[in-house]
Amino acid sequence: MSKDMKELPGTPVSGKELKSDKIITFEWRPNAKYAWSAGIAYGRYLDELKEGRIIGRRCSRCKRIIVPPRMFCEQCFVATDEWVYCKDTGTVNTFSLSYLDADANRIKEPILVAVIDIDGASPGVGILHLLGNVDPKKIDVGMKVKAVWKPPEEREGAVTDILYWEPMED
Amino acid sequence: MNIRKRVAVIGAGITLYRRRLKESGKELSFYAANMALESAGMSRNEIDSVVMGTAPDAFDGIHMKSENLLDGAGATQKPYTHVYVGGGTGVFAPIGGWWHIASGMHDTCLVVCEEKMSPCFPHPQTAFRSIWDPIISRPLNPNLVWIFALEMHRYMKVHGIPKEHIAQVAVKNKGNALDHPSAQLAAKITVDDVLNSEIMVYPVNRLDISPPSDGAAALILASEDVARKYTDAPVWLDGVGWSLDSAYWTNRDLYFPQYVAKAAKMAYKMAKINDPPQEVSFAEPYDPFTYKELHHMEGLLLAEKGQAPKLTVEGVTARDGDLPICPSGGLLGVGNPIAAAGLMKCCEAFWQLRDEAGKRQVPKAETGVCQAWGDLMQVGTVCVFKRDS
Repeated sequence: MSKDMKELPGTPVSGKELKSDKIITFEWRPNAKYAWSAGIAYGRYLDELKEGRIIGRRCSRCKRIIVPPRMFCEQCFVATDEWVYCKDTGTVNTFSLSYLDADANRIKEPILVAVIDIDGASPGVGILHLLGNVDPKKIDVGMKVKAVWKPPEEREGAVTDILYWEPMED
Repeated sequence: MNIRKRVAVIGAGITLYRRRLKESGKELSFYAANMALESAGMSRNEIDSVVMGTAPDAFDGIHMKSENLLDGAGATQKPYTHVYVGGGTGVFAPIGGWWHIASGMHDTCLVVCEEKMSPCFPHPQTAFRSIWDPIISRPLNPNLVWIFALEMHRYMKVHGIPKEHIAQVAVKNKGNALDHPSAQLAAKITVDDVLNSEIMVYPVNRLDISPPSDGAAALILASEDVARKYTDAPVWLDGVGWSLDSAYWTNRDLYFPQYVAKAAKMAYKMAKINDPPQEVSFAEPYDPFTYKELHHMEGLLLAEKGQAPKLTVEGVTARDGDLPICPSGGLLGVGNPIAAAGLMKCCEAFWQLRDEAGKRQVPKAETGVCQAWGDLMQVGTVCVFKRDS
């Protein structure tokens, strides 16, 4: 702000004042529901997860094998043309330990979050998922991990059919 | 490139930035826009067009909120455009204004950015839940801070950067903000304060994060010939650049923001800047998190990859250093009303390049670079401002 201006517009309101009757507010909670089509590529991806397998797509132009799969290569901008099974093992590319839940509430036990580069996909091609069955202090970038699946009868065709990824035994 | 008119900034305005302001979005827009008009010595009828930058509708809970804000932005019965690229919006809105004038279509354009994050409660983070891909991400119940912590950790691991070096950004920016009259979180703190603050999502501590905020800012842009009628000290918007990377963010290496580098190169080329660290006097990279300032300095080619933390620790990026970074106090100090936070940086460039920044004034400020970033770590927006010579 210009050095000549001393007073700025704006009236701060504290959380306490907000709850008092001094501030008039109107509340509304939307009652909206959505049903998203998974689409062609994610549809097959989810079908395969239900079977305990990770599938990617190959672009015949740049030769990348990409996970999560898509029906087009966003770099070459051509249709991808082949389904390729990948392994359910991978490498921790990066990780974080979340003491916040999805609504930013504090939680005591951290959620172990990682990007996992998938074995059988192109280098640097990873997915967002969770780690488990590991001491948070022992997680590191480069750690080899393996998917821990839900029992087949409990799988529903969702990314959560993998419960988490755990360290592989040497 | 066929740029028909050189674009000047001739006025700026800003409100207080706070966790919660009593004023409505329209009122905040009006206050910022009106201050910008007054500082340029203009009235609304001298404005040809208006560009509004405002981030997710979900914060306000008002769908197509730019239409709701229109009257407050002075846009009634004028050509009006809403631009939105997530957190990158605040530096994208002046680019939108630049299009109107550089093309020769209009002579003046009012650029307004507004954000009220407070209507969404108990926490605006809930509104961010709708950013996730519903098929492959949302079932994991992600929090947006997760992915920034993932990016930060990747950056730290690739370069071997200690957390203490990154924490220095919070110390500097919150300190700089002590001199900014809008500031929400100005404070004198230490590196230990940052390291000892609550862990939100490791490696991000509470003092590494900018706050949710309400606020608004505005700029007046004008073509060269018209600008000279209003002021002897126009500030030139001589370079603009923007680039967006793939939404498949788990398929790219997060240690370096290539899209920011692409946007910066585009803007530098336009502004005829060949050696950014030598030719840029100060920069306002987007700093919603401490590491982002460093990551973005590297993306803006102001530091070699992995070297921005070292420059910060050595004091190079302090307000009295060789390359002041976020002399305003940034988002970490002034606050983060998303779109308005980015435009605050452009307001700062305007005041710095007119020697109007008061205690925040950077000596010998000739060229300033502002940058914003957003969505799923994929948006880079860049503006290069120059002093009139």
